[in-house]
Amino acid sequence: MLDYGLFRYTSKEEVLEKSIRYWNPGKTRFWQETGVDLVMGRREGYIIHDIDGRRLIDLHINGGTYNLGHRNAELIATLTTALEYFDIGNHWFPSVARTALAEALVNCSPGMSYAVFAPGGAEAADIAIKSARYATKRRKIVSIIKGYHGHAGLSVATGDDRFTKIFLSDRPDEFIQVPFNDLAAMEAALKGRDIAAVILETIPATYGFPMPAPGYLQGVRDLCTKYGTLYIADEVQTGFMRCGQMWGWQVFGVQPDLFIAAKGLSGGLYPIAVCMLGERAGGWLHEDGAAHISTTGGGEVGCFVAMRVLEILQRPETRANTRAVSEFFAEGFADLIRRHPDVVVGLRQMGTVMGVEFDHPEGAVAASRALYETGVWAIFSSLDKRVLQFKPGVLMSRALCEEVIERFDAAIPRLRALIAEMKG
Amino acid sequence: MDGGKPFLTFAQNPLDGVMERARWAAGAFAELDRATTLRIARAVAEAGHSRAQADAEAAVRETGFGVVAHKRLKNELCSRGVFDTYAGQDFVGPLAEPDRRIVKLARPAGVILALTPSTNPIATLNFKAVLAMLTRNAVVFSPHPLAKGCSIAAAEALAEAARKAGAPDGAIQVLREPTIPLVEAAMSDARVDLVLATGGPAVVQAAYRSGHPAYGVGPGNAPAYVHESADPVAAAKRLVDSKSFDNSILCTNESVVLADRVLADRLLEALRQAGAHVCSEAEADRLRALLWNAEGGFNVTGALGKDAAVIARAAGITVPPSTRILVVPFAKVQPEEPFAREKLAPVLGFARVDGPGEAGRAARAMMRHAGTGHSAGFHGRDEAALMAFARAAPALRVAVNVPLSQGAAGFGTNLGPTMTIGTGFAGGSALGENLRPDHLVNWVQIAQAADAEPARFDHISPWRAEPLLPAEAPISYSQGNPPGGPVGGKRAPVPGVDLPFGGSAVTARGPAAQDDMAALRAEIRALVLEELRAALQTA
Repeated sequence: MLDYGLFRYTSKEEVLEKSIRYWNPGKTRFWQETGVDLVMGRREGYIIHDIDGRRLIDLHINGGTYNLGHRNAELIATLTTALEYFDIGNHWFPSVARTALAEALVNCSPGMSYAVFAPGGAEAADIAIKSARYATKRRKIVSIIKGYHGHAGLSVATGDDRFTKIFLSDRPDEFIQVPFNDLAAMEAALKGRDIAAVILETIPATYGFPMPAPGYLQGVRDLCTKYGTLYIADEVQTGFMRCGQMWGWQVFGVQPDLFIAAKGLSGGLYPIAVCMLGERAGGWLHEDGAAHISTTGGGEVGCFVAMRVLEILQRPETRANTRAVSEFFAEGFADLIRRHPDVVVGLRQMGTVMGVEFDHPEGAVAASRALYETGVWAIFSSLDKRVLQFKPGVLMSRALCEEVIERFDAAIPRLRALIAEMKG
Repeated sequence: MDGGKPFLTFAQNPLDGVMERARWAAGAFAELDRATTLRIARAVAEAGHSRAQADAEAAVRETGFGVVAHKRLKNELCSRGVFDTYAGQDFVGPLAEPDRRIVKLARPAGVILALTPSTNPIATLNFKAVLAMLTRNAVVFSPHPLAKGCSIAAAEALAEAARKAGAPDGAIQVLREPTIPLVEAAMSDARVDLVLATGGPAVVQAAYRSGHPAYGVGPGNAPAYVHESADPVAAAKRLVDSKSFDNSILCTNESVVLADRVLADRLLEALRQAGAHVCSEAEADRLRALLWNAEGGFNVTGALGKDAAVIARAAGITVPPSTRILVVPFAKVQPEEPFAREKLAPVLGFARVDGPGEAGRAARAMMRHAGTGHSAGFHGRDEAALMAFARAAPALRVAVNVPLSQGAAGFGTNLGPTMTIGTGFAGGSALGENLRPDHLVNWVQIAQAADAEPARFDHISPWRAEPLLPAEAPISYSQGNPPGGPVGGKRAPVPGVDLPFGGSAVTARGPAAQDDMAALRAEIRALVLEELRAALQTA
């Protein structure tokens, strides 16, 4: 009996059956067919348990949502304490919590002047696009092929056809896509001087974390400046120290005009996202500050969690741990690649943002499955299934990192067999 | 603010980051070879040595305990002195013992939580840091709150020295807000492997309750037996030198002189000549009232580690300013006599005994209250008397014809220079010796059959010269591979990409470094432009 007080199930099978019936048949079936029969139960730190009790190390961390671990004790204490006094608040009025968080964010975001809050990354991306349109009085947005910025009205239109056409939400006239790491294509798109903004994940996550070629991001920045276009950095997966500094664009030495962050800001406990605006992009806040409204955007209890997230991330110890985790896996994968060159063929890495490359176009789907069977949960890249997203949290302990490498090693024979099967 | 009270108060636990960092450091440190280890340990020892005077001044200023010149000496002995003592010994391995068909590999304890006292804050810190570095352990210091400022400054300087010498990041850390709840939490933290407790009995007992392996040591209360075979003038000089050293703040200092009756008067006279003031009964009463409160607690703020003249003045005893110690004769060596207890002040009890038998009984009586397993002194030439006293006195070290403060702590004797004196089973400790580096490592023993041809391992070292996590190096990353393109997990730097781990943010860099960055950026821009031109030409 799985008894959760307000509801209960007799078995995992019942959960899956009702999930198909009432929630999402397609998603539920997909994972059963992929061999990943996970229904999350208990969770703590970087460990999740299936409701049947099986333990998994979480290297998916939902794109950085659990950057500081699941149910981080300090964050729970912060949320609990905040609830003694606060709730979501009223978005119309100035708020102590939103103001404090906005100030904290501006202070750790060079070049930014304002923070506009949202309940999630997609809305934050929409705010960014709207802000750029206001500032430039232009309508068109450029993104990269296989880029990903969420599923709201504007953000989804920047992304892959898979997510737009099904809902008749593609807008090819206003949303133009160019290949990644191709400055010539970018210039060709911008030189008509009718582009409001380029929106770029600092390292494209859903595309499997291909690294920006040396000079690419700065090249885009320079082209934006040249043609009067704003540069929007999407830091949803690369922010919050995951690349080694607070924001990924700092690591690459590129100054955006505005940027968005989400996931990790919530601590995995209370949804909150932000669009950070430079002075120019924030112009609309002076003309009509209520032009964009979000009842739950910047909910006050979430602001407390987010402030603690920022404080933890800025501790020297967190910085040290991030580096330790990065160094450990750099060395660990170099060794794995040496020993299993027929299976693991490469590692893309910037800090704790990593993509593991396999020698098969669907190799990462097999890797997800083999690792899942060996006690590790890491997800393939939806838009490049050759690459496994490998995302250790910045606070992971040495002992757990060692265990990950040991389990990865142990999963190799099964992975080799799965790939051989796929090759037929 | 509601009448100055915050609306909300948030609890915080700063231990997590520190302990995880220490664990990473311990893991990386345990892989290092001996040459690198020695380089790190020497750098830490030299840093402690070069700071000895400044640290001594800071400690006396902050705590009010002790004498700057003596603290300086201890700080020096516990840094370079300790390093020199052990530099020739191998705490890394492999160590081959062909005759025994055994080869040994050191396995460090891991993360050591080191508590340091207010009485000898820096000497203890230097000592434990050098020992930890020699044995490839990560150490987290928890300083006594009374000596917090000087201890944090010293620990950070040692950490910086370790860092520069190539120690793994976080090899030496210090708890910046050592409150009692935090220290208790630290002691029972699952990420700690070993607790080194130096401090009061409460701290030591807490260390043993922590559930971790611990070396805690009990308090001292040392008898010094002056046998009739002793030269009273030489003995008196040693006693005064020892008792006035750092105003008696070392737990190895003499607490009570047990003088054979036949030379007692001559010894008292020699003590006077050496700079002692011998108290009258009335003076002793006033001194007793000053040094102990009604509950028997020692006057920490008014007397502990203070100059003899200062204590005398406070007790209303007139002495010349050059007075080095106060000697208090008393009749009954029993625990109810306060002068028979530990006094971390230049106040020395004095009792007459009849031969080694009574000296041993008196030693047992005074150490029954406190000091069991600690130290005792002997002055004289009679070996039989020395053996009789050593058998009877419940001490684990009996230092002969030396100032006990230094001698029992291994300075001027071969006991092993230490700031941590094991008081053994009787004294509630797992450690019966002076703490040494070898107490901080286990050894993996590779054991062959007793009649096998001995393995040599001549050209095999399991260790590395560079740590996984050098404190200075930037974060690693792979060169970006184009999607589906060539691969290989290489770690080539991307020009212009700055990853300022180790605290060197771009803004904190010098002008030269900024110029370098600017040059790199310009170069990248030039490359980009060239690419663009090429692209436009082909278009």
